Amino acid sequence: MSTPGFDTLQRHTSRFQNYRLGGAYDEMFEAESVPRPHYRALHELLLELPLEEMRRRKQAADISFLHQGITFTVYGREEGTERIIPHDLLPRIITSAEWETIERGLRQRITALNLFLSDIYSAGRCMAEGIVPREIVYSCKHFRRQMREFSVPKNIYITVVGTDLIRMPDGRFVVLEDNLRVPSGVSYMLTSRQVMKRIFPELFRRADVRPIDHYSETLLATLRALAPEGRPEPNIVLLTPGVYNSAYFEHAFLARQMGIELVEGRDLAVNDNVVYMRTTAGLRRVDVIYRRVDDDYIDPLAFRPDSSLGVAGLFNAYRSGNVTLANALGTGVADDKALYAYVPKIIRYFLGEEPVLDNVTTFLCSDPKERAHVLGHLDEYVVKAVGESGGYGMLIGPFSTAVEREEFRRRVQADPRNYIAQPTIQLSRAPCFMDGSVEPRHVDLRPYVLYGDKITIVPGGLTRVALRQGSLVVNSSQGGGCKDTWVLH
Amino acid sequence: MSRYLERAEHTARVLSVHLNLMLEHDLGSTGRRWLRVLACLGSAEQAEADAFGAAQTYALNQIVTCIAAARENSRQVREQISSEVWEEINRLFHESKRVGTPEFFGRQPYELLATVMQGSYLIHGITDATMTHGQGWQFIQAGRFIERVQQAARLVDSHFTEFFRTGGEPWSASEHIEWIGLLRSCSAFEAYCKVYTAELRPERVAEFLLLNAEFPHSVRFGVDCLRRSLEAVHQSTATRRSDGLGKLAGRLTALLSYTPLEEIRGNLHEFSGNIRRLCGQIHAGIYQVYITYPIEAALHA
Repeated sequence: MSTPGFDTLQRHTSRFQNYRLGGAYDEMFEAESVPRPHYRALHELLLELPLEEMRRRKQAADISFLHQGITFTVYGREEGTERIIPHDLLPRIITSAEWETIERGLRQRITALNLFLSDIYSAGRCMAEGIVPREIVYSCKHFRRQMREFSVPKNIYITVVGTDLIRMPDGRFVVLEDNLRVPSGVSYMLTSRQVMKRIFPELFRRADVRPIDHYSETLLATLRALAPEGRPEPNIVLLTPGVYNSAYFEHAFLARQMGIELVEGRDLAVNDNVVYMRTTAGLRRVDVIYRRVDDDYIDPLAFRPDSSLGVAGLFNAYRSGNVTLANALGTGVADDKALYAYVPKIIRYFLGEEPVLDNVTTFLCSDPKERAHVLGHLDEYVVKAVGESGGYGMLIGPFSTAVEREEFRRRVQADPRNYIAQPTIQLSRAPCFMDGSVEPRHVDLRPYVLYGDKITIVPGGLTRVALRQGSLVVNSSQGGGCKDTWVLH
Repeated sequence: MSRYLERAEHTARVLSVHLNLMLEHDLGSTGRRWLRVLACLGSAEQAEADAFGAAQTYALNQIVTCIAAARENSRQVREQISSEVWEEINRLFHESKRVGTPEFFGRQPYELLATVMQGSYLIHGITDATMTHGQGWQFIQAGRFIERVQQAARLVDSHFTEFFRTGGEPWSASEHIEWIGLLRSCSAFEAYCKVYTAELRPERVAEFLLLNAEFPHSVRFGVDCLRRSLEAVHQSTATRRSDGLGKLAGRLTALLSYTPLEEIRGNLHEFSGNIRRLCGQIHAGIYQVYITYPIEAALHA
């Protein structure tokens, strides 16, 4: 006989019926139906909440994203259809011990990469001593010879970094990519946290999550620390390519959070190597530019002459020390995918330490032996073009067709320097709410590092999810979404 | 942003008033009515065959386009306006897209019209309550009142051209309704009754809509607000280039303060045209002085 009240305490065990553990590390379960300790509260809640309630919360989150305008435009279909950023309802949870390792590893890596950039644009010791081959550095399309012999303010090249981490089947976090140019996505980290606090207040309160809300303030302080000497009240602006840029939401969001002006290239002018911005009351001097425009487009006089997004003369003003650009120009050389293979060596050379966070094994197609190996096993490896990002220019061996593999073989042989290969890694999987049931999906993690007078890493980051079942591609341009990331105390 | 919003609100109100008036009338006069509506909404179209359909389509497009444009503009100045304002504009945009499809609008036009009017009121309120009443807010005010003054002037003009007659017999019931319609198009019927009682007289209606200093949809009220906003922006930017703007606003005020009512009534069409022209010049002036001035010119100034 059933006891009274059984119905109200009904546990929705069927919610996990599609949850199969596989070869990948599972963020939630240590074994079938056994949640890890830090996931227990969420697991309980998922067993208790009726489906209707889950759907209601998902809908509330969707509407919140829509009204805040956290959308991107889908081209091609009905013209100008706006979609909200795909996001998943369930938080990804990281323990404080795990976070401690991540933070230590990122500090070490960013410090070393910054020293590396400073070195290659001045003395070039690491190349002279054969740590990093000259040809890898000089053949990188993001190397900017214009930056030679110019010391950037406080010697900080990479002010804002969004490093992509993935978790191996054994639970270790490793670095997949260093994004050192104009990494984006931090606004999604901040807004999805706001939404989650409203959607799961009870869980949030119980979980003891470390706050991330100080990111914008820290970013502002970081930028201020880099202002040119003798400008005690620096005028800081955010330079955006404009409203049609896919990250425009983020640019406006950060400008508003920091209380600084959002400008486009046409709002700025350079006179006598000083940068000015147009305001309703006339011109005002600009001291620090948090630029979200790529190197190539930032100054038509110094770089691509066909750019209309930049400011003519900006580079000379920069070299004269009258304005600070963050990130510095030419940082892309250090996140080149071929150079990536040398980062462990760079850490050992500049810091004399062993890397805390490992790299993924990487084969350089420019090396004849490694190339032959890769071309012989194309169906096993992920092949990537070194200068691309956003999940473009990539071959995922195990999921590819013979035609695609032939295409890549041709491309690699034509331009070996431009390609690297990595083993296909089973990214770790985290629970996602897929209308009705909870299913595992592959995730990565992008924490954001700020480097001004000191290094600050807000505890959390953007967890990107490959929402399609089985897919390993988390880029939002390729069907990926995001979820909130909770780092516990 | 605020100009577009005001225009959407105005279009929605005029359309909703006339949809209502149409129900009171025999079908014979409808074609003429919708031609007039088309004209006073600013369309140059001459749709003799199906003026009703043309006016509906025109108004629907105008509303949806204006809301989309208002949202696009507020996206451009996203970091200058408060999140509350942005979210409401954005919400209005999505909602008006939902109820503003031709199919939906054909069945339930009031859904869109009410949504837009209410959304616009709400956005004004949120703007006042959540933004600093500094330069940005003053620009929002200026835009809104330029639009409102122009629309009111045009509406009064077109109505008087059609319905005004001196002496003769008392009004028929349907004429009476038309005058109420004019007042309602400016949300002014109840306010008018409070001042003059429900006794409608054309010269009083004109006086109320053009010269009343306290009613927010009158031309006079709008011009006063516009002048104050321009003055405040001028003060806070302290640029000498804006002197010309102040003069234009002054002329507009003088026109309303010192033109005798007799003269206005005798030549309403020209009077209304002058007001609208001055408003247009002020709009262009604002852009020249504050927004699109050549950056090089300012460098060497």
